[in-house]
Amino acid sequence: MKLWRKPFDLDKIKIPCGEIHIIEERCKGCGFCVEYCPKDVFEMSEEFNAKGYHPPKITNPDDCVECHLCEMLCPEFAIYVTLKKDENPAGVKSEEGK
Amino acid sequence: MEIPKTMQQEETQGSRSGMDITHPMENVLRMDRIPHIWCPGCGIGLAVTAFAAALEKAEIDLNKVAIVSGIGCTGRVAGYVKLDSFHTTHGRAIAFATGIKVANPDMKVVVFSGDGDLIAIGGNHFIHAARRNIDMLVICVNNFIYAMTGGQVAPTTPLAAYATTCPFGCVEPPFNIPYLAESSGAVYVARWTTLHVRRLMNSFVEALNKKGFSVVEAISPCAQYYSRINRLGDGLDMMRFYHDNTEIRHGEDTKNLDIAYQGKIIMGKFVDRERPSYTDRYNEWLSEIKDDENEPG
Repeated sequence: MKLWRKPFDLDKIKIPCGEIHIIEERCKGCGFCVEYCPKDVFEMSEEFNAKGYHPPKITNPDDCVECHLCEMLCPEFAIYVTLKKDENPAGVKSEEGK
Repeated sequence: MEIPKTMQQEETQGSRSGMDITHPMENVLRMDRIPHIWCPGCGIGLAVTAFAAALEKAEIDLNKVAIVSGIGCTGRVAGYVKLDSFHTTHGRAIAFATGIKVANPDMKVVVFSGDGDLIAIGGNHFIHAARRNIDMLVICVNNFIYAMTGGQVAPTTPLAAYATTCPFGCVEPPFNIPYLAESSGAVYVARWTTLHVRRLMNSFVEALNKKGFSVVEAISPCAQYYSRINRLGDGLDMMRFYHDNTEIRHGEDTKNLDIAYQGKIIMGKFVDRERPSYTDRYNEWLSEIKDDENEPG
């Protein structure tokens, strides 16, 4: 993440990390989530689901910041995001270290 | 292969008991009817998602919401939403909704239907409900075509666009829905594409809290008919087009909101005004008449 100026409360702020759940049987492979995820968490899978569509697969699960855009942009109600209950939620510092 | 994976995921979460009761929108949807019939790349599902999120955000009692749909792809919404819902005859959604509102004024009435149902076949009901200013929210999902019956030309099909019934291009100028709504007397008029789900959701919240005839037009890609006949690619390509060719202009004069074929789409909140609603006017009249009767002589 590029910061133009270091915020004073940078140490206190923690970017939330989401856990994405894909209900693959419902997916019709429209690709909206893959296209519009601001963090490029998804990728189209090569595998088929029961209906014969390619569901998305999660390639960068740690990049998710729980913005819920994929949940809103899924026309099939097949994705939802929960807040990851992790001991070490991804903070700004760990992102900078990447 | 995939089904056990999701089950495993949910088992590890612990608190999840069943397989399909985890999605946050499932309290508003009739899950026994999902998956829905809409094609891959269709935007109607996004409008429903935005509506479900708006109901949650507006903190409305779900027992006080009635949803009315006509016929068509968008007309299926009433069947998929777990509210008091009403699937009516073609074009008559607003007429039925008027009945609900007049009989039970406490109800929040939402008409969720397509452009062909509301503007073409139900055009007369649309303008008269706007004229009377009946307190309801009309969500018009505009996909520029009669999609369910096979892609016939609709009154919203842009000039020169192809459809099944106009193989040489549409010769009729289309309706400008916000202009029609404003000039008929709607108090809240907004237009968004289904790509802009969050703005669409905020518009739904505003319109649900607004008293009077509110119209929100949601422009949706039709991946199977409109874009296939016009060779515009699939639903994702239409979404990319909306991403690049839309402009937000709040308060724009609704005269300037015509949609040309593959032209720039202007969206935003155009009208937000106050007019006495039908129920208010009616109650006022009723009390006046009663007072007159009670007066001697």
